[in-house]
Amino acid sequence: MPSILDPHSTPAHEIYRLSLFVLLITGSIFVVVAGLLAYVVIRFRAKEADKDHEPPQIYGSTQVELAWTVIPVLIVVVLFLTTARIIFAIQDAPEPKTALDVTVIGHQFWWEFRYPKLGIVTANELHVPVSTPEAPEPTYLKLMSADVDHSFWVPQLGGKTDLIPNHPNQMWIDPEKTGMYVGQCAQFCGVEHAKMLLRVYVDTPEQFADWVKQQQLPGAQEAAAAAGRQVFETEACVNCHTISGTAAKGVFGPDLTHLMSRSTIAAGAADNTPQNLRAWIENPNTCKPGALMPAMQLNDQQTDEVVAYLETLH
Amino acid sequence: MADQTLPIPGALDEPRSRGAGFLEWLHSWVVTVDHKKLGILYVVYAVFFLLVAGAEAMAIRIQLAVPNNHFLSAELYNEFFTMHGTTMVFLVGMTIIFGIGNYLIPLMIGARDMAFPRLNAFSFWMSAFGGLLLYFSFIGGFGLYGMGSAPDVTWWAYAPLTAKAFSPGHNTDYWALSLIVMGFGTLGAAINTLATAFSMRCRGMTLFRMPLFVWLMVVTSGLTLITITPLTAAQVMLVIDRYLGAHFFDAQAGGAPIVWMHFFWIFGHPEVYVLILPAFGIVSEVVPVFSRKAIFGYPAMVAASVGIAFVSTTVWAHHMFTVGMTSVGNTFFVLSTMMVGVPTSIKIFNWIATMWGGKIRFATPMLFCTAFVFQFLLAGLTGIMLAIAPWDWQLHNSYFVIAHFHYTLAGSFVFAIFAAFYYWYPKVTGRMMCEKLGKWHFWLFFIGFHITFDTMHFLGILGMPRSIYTYGADRGWSALNMIISAGGFIQAIAVLIFAWNLIDSYFNGQKAGNDPWDAWTLEWSTPSPPPAYNFAEEPVVRSRRPLWDIKHPQDPDWKYER
Repeated sequence: MPSILDPHSTPAHEIYRLSLFVLLITGSIFVVVAGLLAYVVIRFRAKEADKDHEPPQIYGSTQVELAWTVIPVLIVVVLFLTTARIIFAIQDAPEPKTALDVTVIGHQFWWEFRYPKLGIVTANELHVPVSTPEAPEPTYLKLMSADVDHSFWVPQLGGKTDLIPNHPNQMWIDPEKTGMYVGQCAQFCGVEHAKMLLRVYVDTPEQFADWVKQQQLPGAQEAAAAAGRQVFETEACVNCHTISGTAAKGVFGPDLTHLMSRSTIAAGAADNTPQNLRAWIENPNTCKPGALMPAMQLNDQQTDEVVAYLETLH
Repeated sequence: MADQTLPIPGALDEPRSRGAGFLEWLHSWVVTVDHKKLGILYVVYAVFFLLVAGAEAMAIRIQLAVPNNHFLSAELYNEFFTMHGTTMVFLVGMTIIFGIGNYLIPLMIGARDMAFPRLNAFSFWMSAFGGLLLYFSFIGGFGLYGMGSAPDVTWWAYAPLTAKAFSPGHNTDYWALSLIVMGFGTLGAAINTLATAFSMRCRGMTLFRMPLFVWLMVVTSGLTLITITPLTAAQVMLVIDRYLGAHFFDAQAGGAPIVWMHFFWIFGHPEVYVLILPAFGIVSEVVPVFSRKAIFGYPAMVAASVGIAFVSTTVWAHHMFTVGMTSVGNTFFVLSTMMVGVPTSIKIFNWIATMWGGKIRFATPMLFCTAFVFQFLLAGLTGIMLAIAPWDWQLHNSYFVIAHFHYTLAGSFVFAIFAAFYYWYPKVTGRMMCEKLGKWHFWLFFIGFHITFDTMHFLGILGMPRSIYTYGADRGWSALNMIISAGGFIQAIAVLIFAWNLIDSYFNGQKAGNDPWDAWTLEWSTPSPPPAYNFAEEPVVRSRRPLWDIKHPQDPDWKYER
C-alpha cells in the first residue's frame, strides 16, 4: 500500500526519519499533558461530602508560569534547527551530472512528461531509472502547468510540489527500488481532479535503456491498421493528439505515439484494454465525466478501425 | 460610559404590546437594535447553517463511504465540499462568535447595549444577506435550468481556476460577491466590539478586570480588522479580473496565481485564530466556574491571547510550503508557525492549573470544555507536525490536514460553542437545557468525532488527497473511509439531539433563575432572560469576579488579585 511510512527515495527517507523524531517529541508532550489532564479530571472531581465550601483560590504563580513558557520555547528551538537542516538538504541539493531531466506539465486532468535530452514525450506514466549509491542516477523534475494549479505527489518517493502556471518549480527523486509507484494530483484542479492519477515506473538500467529506445521510435505504421489511421488523421483527433511520424501533431491532449506501452488510459481512470479504449473513444464521459476530450461521434465501423489502429501503437 | 442616571420608576418597563400578534412580533425582530435580540438572531442564523453545512458533510461522507460511488456527481460533490467549507467558516463560525459576543459583552461589562446599536443591526443584516446570496447560487445563475451555480472552486479558490477561462459560469461570482458582502458585516461587528469593550465598561471595570471572554473578543476583533481587509481586496481584484479584463491572477496573460495564495492565506490563517480565540474565551469562563476556582494566571492568559494574535499574522505561508518558496522562506515560516505553540501551550497549562485543586462539577458545559482541552492539545501537536515543512510536503492537502483542522475547528471550536450553549442558554431563555439529553449529545458527539477524525490522520498517511469525489477500490482506502463515514453519522445524530434539546428546553426546561451555575461574572447578576436595559442600575466592580466578592464578603478577590 503506498504510504509515506514506506519510503523508497532519499527525500522520502529524510522526511520519514524527521517525522519519527518529531513524533517522538510530540508523543512525549502528549503523554505528559494528557496525563496531567486525566489526573486532574479524576483526582479533583467534586465529592458529595464537601459541597458546602469552595476550594482554596489560587490566582497564579510566576515561577510555574515561567517554567511552562521556557520549556516550549526550548522544544521549538530543537525542532526548528532539525527541520531547517532537512529543508536545506532536500531543497538545495545540487543536481549531479548523472541526473535525468524530466519536464512535468500538468493539464486538466492528465500529466505530460517530456525528456528534453532524450527527445521523448509521454503521458501519465513516468519511467525513471533506479538509483543506487554505487551508480546514483537521480531524476530532476521541472514542474510546470498548462492551465491551473496541480500538485505532483508520489508518497513513497518524496513530498509533493505544486505545478503553477508562470511559476516553474523543481523537485528530485532517486528511487532505490524498482517497481511501480502510484501518485495523484494533490491540488484541486477542477471537475475531474479525482481522476488525475500518475504512475512512476522505476526500471533497472537495462529496462530503462530499452524503454528509451522504444519511445524514441516513430509511431507504428502497420498496413493492417491503415483504415484506422486514415480515420484518425482525417477526423479532429489530430487537433489535440500527436503520433510522431504522422500528420497528427496536436498538443492539447496526451501524445499517443506509444499508447500501448502504457498500462492505463485517461490518467489512470481505466486499464488500457481494447474494450476500455473503445468505450473511452465513444464517450469519454462514461468513465471520466468532465474530461476535456469530446465524444467524436464516430460510427461503429470508424470506432473499430481507430481502436485497431491505436492497438498497434506499441 | 454607560447611562448613569437612576431609572424613573416604570420608565424601564417593556412597552406593552398592542396585541397585533405575529406581525408585530416579527417586526420587533427585524427592526431591533437591541444587542441581545441581534445576538440571538446571529446565533439562530448560525445554527441553521450549521445544520445545512452538516447535511452537506453527510452527503460528502455517503459519497466517499465506498469506492467508485455514484451517490453524487463530480460536479455536485465539488459544489458540496466548497459550500461546506465556506459555510462553516463564514456563515457558522464568524456569525456565531459575533452572535455570542454581541449577547454577552454588554452584560459582562455592565453596559446597557453595544456602543453602536444601529451599526450592530446593519452588520447582522449584511452578514445575513451575504449568506442568503451564497445559498441563492443553488438556484441562481443557470440554476433554474439545471443544477445551479453554487461555488465549486474550493473554499481557498486558488487562481487561475477561478478565471473566466476555467470557471465560465457564475459559480465563482456568487462566492466572491457573497464573501465581500459578509466581509462588510463582519468588519462592522468587529469595530462595534472594540468600541464597546473600550468605552462602555461600568465603573471599576478596568481593562484588567474584564472577563477573559471579553478580552478574547477584543483580540479577535482586532485580528478581524487585519484579516478581512486583504480577503476583500483579493475578492475585488478577482471580480475585476473576471469582468474588467485585469490580469492580477490570470496566468494566461502574465498574472501571478501565487499572489492570490498570499492574499488568501494572509487572511485565511489568522482567520482560524479569529474563530478559536473566542473559543478560548468561552473555555476560560466555563472552566473556572465548574472547577470552583479563579482562572490561573489571568495576566498570562491575556498576554498569550495578544501574543497568539501577533504571531498569527506572520505564519500564513505555512499553507504554501509546496508552492516552491526558497529554502530560506520555508525556514522562516517553520519558525514563526512553531512559535504559535508557545502561547497556546501556556493557555493549556493554565486551564489545567485552574482545574488543579478545584472541585470539578462535570455538568455538560464542563464536559465539552474538558474534551476541548484534550482535542486542542492534539490539534496543536498535529499542527507542529504540519509546521515541519518537509513533513508538510508529504502531508499537505492530504486527509491528515483535513483531520488536523477539523480537530481545531470541530474538536475545539465547535466543542467550545456547544459548551457556551449549555452554559449561557439559561441566561438567554430563563430555562435550563436538559442535562440528560446534553450528556447524550456530548458522548455521542465525542465518540463520533474521534471515530471520524482520528481515522482521517491515517488516510492522509496512506496518501489520500483531499477534494477528490471518488477513489479506486485498489487504493487501500475503502475500509478507513467507511469507518469515517460511520463516525460522521454518529455526530449527525448527536447534533440532532442538540437541536431538539434547544427547542424542547425552551418550552419545557426547568426554570433557571438569575444564577443557576453559581457563577461570578456580571451577566449572572441580572434576571434570566435579562430585561431590555440589562441592568437597572449601573454595577460597580472591584475585581475580576464581582459576584464572588458579593458571595464571599469575608474573602473578596480584590484583596488577592495580581
